[in-house]
Amino acid sequence: MGIGSPRSEKTGPIRMSLSSRFENIEMAQHLCAKLIAGYDLPDETKHWILMALREALANAIKHGNAQDLGKRVHLEMEVRDDTLHIRVRDEGTGFDPSAVADPLAPENRLKTSGRGIFYMKTFMDDVAFRQMDGGGMEIVLSKKLLGPKQKEEKGR
Amino acid sequence: MKTSVREGKGGVQILDLKGKITIGSGDVQLRETINKLVDEGKKNILINMQDVTTIDSSGIGELVGCYTSVTNKGGKLKLLHLPPKINDVLTVTQLITVFDVYESESEAVASFAA
Repeated sequence: MGIGSPRSEKTGPIRMSLSSRFENIEMAQHLCAKLIAGYDLPDETKHWILMALREALANAIKHGNAQDLGKRVHLEMEVRDDTLHIRVRDEGTGFDPSAVADPLAPENRLKTSGRGIFYMKTFMDDVAFRQMDGGGMEIVLSKKLLGPKQKEEKGR
Repeated sequence: MKTSVREGKGGVQILDLKGKITIGSGDVQLRETINKLVDEGKKNILINMQDVTTIDSSGIGELVGCYTSVTNKGGKLKLLHLPPKINDVLTVTQLITVFDVYESESEAVASFAA
């Protein structure tokens, strides 16, 4: 017990196409929680992973698709090589990630928005952005699910 | 999210929040509740966060917006009983230094008179 069932390593990625409604965020979080449930991670780490997923989906629904119900949010989640990979793609016009203001800068600290990407970067190991050829923006979040101790146990 | 307002000593408005402050669910409600209090001239507001289960960047943004609007009207907005994860979310964005945070309601209420 403890290592759990790396379910998606056997079944392949979960792929979903969501309408641009905030209500869908919790359903996706629920699935992600199931996906990582078997991993011996602190509850806190699981919580932060789900928060990063929430921020990526909220970003796609609000800023990417502008809550246009005619546009979809494409979500892919997979555990591969003990690493959780989450891809969130919207159908919007995209944005320049380097142009997003630093929320820690004193002049931005009291702004009411602009913290979502910062939280994703804080809570995940890696966050990558890709402007898609056919339009839309893709955010890829990655997080290692096993520390050295668990890896050693798994090797037994 | 559920909200209820109590009045403490010195007319301090204690806003008890319960549930989620997330995008599309609780974020706007928080702003509207605070704006209503401010419009009624009730500018000393203590938000009890004890039963807040989840917050996201939108919820944090609303909290910051409420802080600014109350402060701009000459009032004070303070926080009570921050759950550890919400404390963490405020800490990483350095907002924890912006808010006055209390663990004791009586101390928090008394601080408005100072």
